Amino acid sequence: MSAFLDAVLLQAGYNAALVALGATLLGFAAGAVGTFLYLRKRALVSDALAHATLPGVGLAFIAMVALGGDGRSLPGLLLGSALTAAVGLVLIQWIVSRTRLAEDAAIGAVLGVFFGLGIVLLTVIQTFGAGRQAGLESFLLGSTAGMLRAEALVIAAGGTLAVLAIWLLRRPMTLVAFDPGYAAALGYRVSWIDFAMMGAVLAVTVIGLKVVGLVLIVALLVIPPVAARFWTERVHLMVWIAALIGGASGYLGAAISASAPALPTGPIIVLVAAASFTVSLILAPARGLAAAVRRQNQFQRRVHRRQGLLAIARSEPIRERYTLKLLQRESLIRPDGMPTDNGKAAAAKVSRDERRWEVARRMHQDAGLTGRYDGLTPIEDVFAPDEIREFDRRLGPPAPVRG
Amino acid sequence: MTNGDTSNVLAARIAPGGGTVQEDNAAELARAPLAVRGLTVSYGEKPAVFSVDATFADKAMTAIVGPNGAGKSTLLKACLGIVPRVAGEVRVFGQPLEAARHRIAYVPQRASVDWDFPTTVLDVVRMGLYREAGLFGRFTGRLDTRARKCLERVGMADFATRQIGQLSGGQQQRVFLARALAQEADLYLLDEPFAGVDAATERAIVDVLKLLKAEGKAVVAVHHDLATVADYFDRVFLINVRRIAEGTVAEAFNAETLAAAYGGRLAATHVDELVLAGPLT
Amino acid sequence: MGADFVQFSLTPILIGVFAAIACALPGNFLILRRQALIGDAISHVVLPGIVVAFLVTGAVSAMPMLLGAAGAAVLAVVLIELVKRIGGVEPGAAMGVVFTTLFAAGVLILEQSDTSSVHLDVEHALMGNLESLIWLRAEGWHSLLDVEALASLPPELPRMALTCLLITALMLVFWRWLKIATFDEGFAASLGIPAAAVGFALVIAAALSAVAAFDAVGSIIVIAMFVCPPAAARLMTQSLERQVIWSVAFATLSAVLGYVLAGYGPLWLGGADAVSAAGMIAVVSGVILGLACLFGPHRARVGAGAA
Repeated sequence: MSAFLDAVLLQAGYNAALVALGATLLGFAAGAVGTFLYLRKRALVSDALAHATLPGVGLAFIAMVALGGDGRSLPGLLLGSALTAAVGLVLIQWIVSRTRLAEDAAIGAVLGVFFGLGIVLLTVIQTFGAGRQAGLESFLLGSTAGMLRAEALVIAAGGTLAVLAIWLLRRPMTLVAFDPGYAAALGYRVSWIDFAMMGAVLAVTVIGLKVVGLVLIVALLVIPPVAARFWTERVHLMVWIAALIGGASGYLGAAISASAPALPTGPIIVLVAAASFTVSLILAPARGLAAAVRRQNQFQRRVHRRQGLLAIARSEPIRERYTLKLLQRESLIRPDGMPTDNGKAAAAKVSRDERRWEVARRMHQDAGLTGRYDGLTPIEDVFAPDEIREFDRRLGPPAPVRG
Repeated sequence: MTNGDTSNVLAARIAPGGGTVQEDNAAELARAPLAVRGLTVSYGEKPAVFSVDATFADKAMTAIVGPNGAGKSTLLKACLGIVPRVAGEVRVFGQPLEAARHRIAYVPQRASVDWDFPTTVLDVVRMGLYREAGLFGRFTGRLDTRARKCLERVGMADFATRQIGQLSGGQQQRVFLARALAQEADLYLLDEPFAGVDAATERAIVDVLKLLKAEGKAVVAVHHDLATVADYFDRVFLINVRRIAEGTVAEAFNAETLAAAYGGRLAATHVDELVLAGPLT
Repeated sequence: MGADFVQFSLTPILIGVFAAIACALPGNFLILRRQALIGDAISHVVLPGIVVAFLVTGAVSAMPMLLGAAGAAVLAVVLIELVKRIGGVEPGAAMGVVFTTLFAAGVLILEQSDTSSVHLDVEHALMGNLESLIWLRAEGWHSLLDVEALASLPPELPRMALTCLLITALMLVFWRWLKIATFDEGFAASLGIPAAAVGFALVIAAALSAVAAFDAVGSIIVIAMFVCPPAAARLMTQSLERQVIWSVAFATLSAVLGYVLAGYGPLWLGGADAVSAAGMIAVVSGVILGLACLFGPHRARVGAGAA
């Protein structure tokens, strides 16, 4: 536990602190830019992008070795990965615009093929001789253990830059995500903004390679926005919530990972983010699971109760078992199916509301009103008490329901 | 009508003399090609169709009419069990849906499928025979003749081997109709068969449907061109989430029922003017 | 093409071909249903399934692991559906949430448990070990008739062959249901065909292929074969039947050519060691798709239905 506290308080060593900082910035940037990606419905493009970094890593290594270098320089490897990821992105666009294939097929193809090419290059590098391979596999799942100080600095700096870029672009990206047509009318070049957005995604992906790894970086881009969506209906709030969830996941994940062995950073960060998603999915007040189940049950009850009462009012038999059970539970009908006094009263009220609606619909003939006549909206929600009194005046005195 | 039956004061359905509402109700349920009672469907928590009673007659063409989002297509889909219903009962020729499926033919909205799908016109028509042919039955002899005859009936015989991706909108609709004809059903449910088709196709489809009616079949179509309702259909079912009116065109299709279905936009207008004004949706 | 070939190349090539076909077949329908990325999701969740099965049984044996992986695939599909329906999350993002979470959990469990003694690691899961599935007892083509030698075939071969056969049989039996439920789900349901169940069964079949293939060839091939051969085939023809045949041909070509290039390519170029066969098979399938995108006779959208 104290090891965890040390890590959380950034006391677990200079490198660990830098990694935590970098992971926080990374998560923050990923959450923010992921929001725009999500709103543009292109979440999984980032998965192809991430897998397409692998051949770049391999090619950069080979190139650097060929030029007589070490091959393991992180900036060089990241540059290479960015290049092939960009090629992958261009290919996806090209396939979608030039052929009849849809985007999902293009994403899947680029993802599988580039990843395969990356693996081929890694096995080529293995033949260069032992010791030179330099653990390029660590890019698959990330690895912060034994990270060099210079590498940690690159990650922290990259994270800062990504956050800055997203902050600068937040307004046009919001506009384009929300309404590309309107953005174009305002004079924004939508394709350029999309391009900038994918650039930011690319930056986040590349920075995340060493921390989270290319298989899981997509999680940081997707999970925080999806979780944030449960809590708000407004774009700019969603960006901040997603960024906070991402940042917190990065920070906590890095801290937990630093506190004990055999806790790989990337998966831990992803699992922290997934936990926040699960909490959001279940508990979010308006869009969460618990609220939805409650509303669905309520809705079904209301539908059946009302239909049952209408049937009573019309002296029609009730056929459906659930309706019978419901009415019986509320003592609106007797076990033999005949309405009780309470049931008759409730039926009379429902029946009267129906007739009030009718008068209302004749008096106020407009589409908005007609649309609210869905059988479940109480008339009291739509009309003021004096209006309802006016309907009643036209209807005459209430009529009892015959039993 | 009892004094409690107020959900459809505008409805022209009047219980024929003598029997009580209950008895007529039961008789209708047992006889009509398609009858629903208390049908409720919701997407999420807003009812798309609420507590609808409807009886569709045989030897007639019935238009389901209502504004956008009024639940017209949903009503059809719920009758076919394609969307789940929250409550209500569906009877087809007096039987539960599953027992009478072979007597129903369905024409979905043209836009609901991917016309880039790799297949041919004849292949699509054969899909209407899948119930009869089963998983392995071959499309030769009787079934093949039937598929080709149906293509002929919609004027598409020459297009049998054509890729569906190369068809015009009207031709796509004809192919869908041919597929339904191949089912040789007694009840035809069509979802917006005239949406986005050319005038010649519209005429051709109407002719085929009128022929079906003459053969004693029941035809029910979601329709949204108010101007042509009186020309094409005998009966009309007006819906806006709830049933607004139901009956013959003369009984149930007038300024009052339209105003009830569409609201103020049409409130001050007469049907005659509607016809002059052309399609309205 | 003598004894060496039978001993070292025949079985890996056959396993690769069966794996590629088993994945390409359901891939045809996944692509038409715009669900190509289900293959991506499934191939990621196979790892946690295998890891959990290993922890439960404590041994690396085929059957429990296949069951574990299949269970994980079903769980993932159900979770994706739940996230989509309950959360109103769009399909791509729902997949992204579910498969990354399960994959992360798999890696964590793997790191936490003592699996150093067995051949079970992430890289193996990604790349497979096609090259090692050799037939040591074979002494030449005549070994194909030698019962004793046949008994020592790598078990992956009969397993993959059976899976491929099963998938083929299922597809042939339910061909009409698959076709109509893919083209027009509403009409299929109106005929009383369980269209939603057919869709679910397709995903389960894809999971089955992925799980069986994964063990032998790794998840790269799985992802690439779900998408590349069917996508390339889609650009070659306008008939679903012919598209499936093309996709089988492309899958076979990718597997054979990929394996040969991986094994012999470096030697031809003067290198000493082979490169990853799984990776090369994926690359070849990508090249085929690229060529189909450039020259396929039906590569462009046409007609009124073009979306």
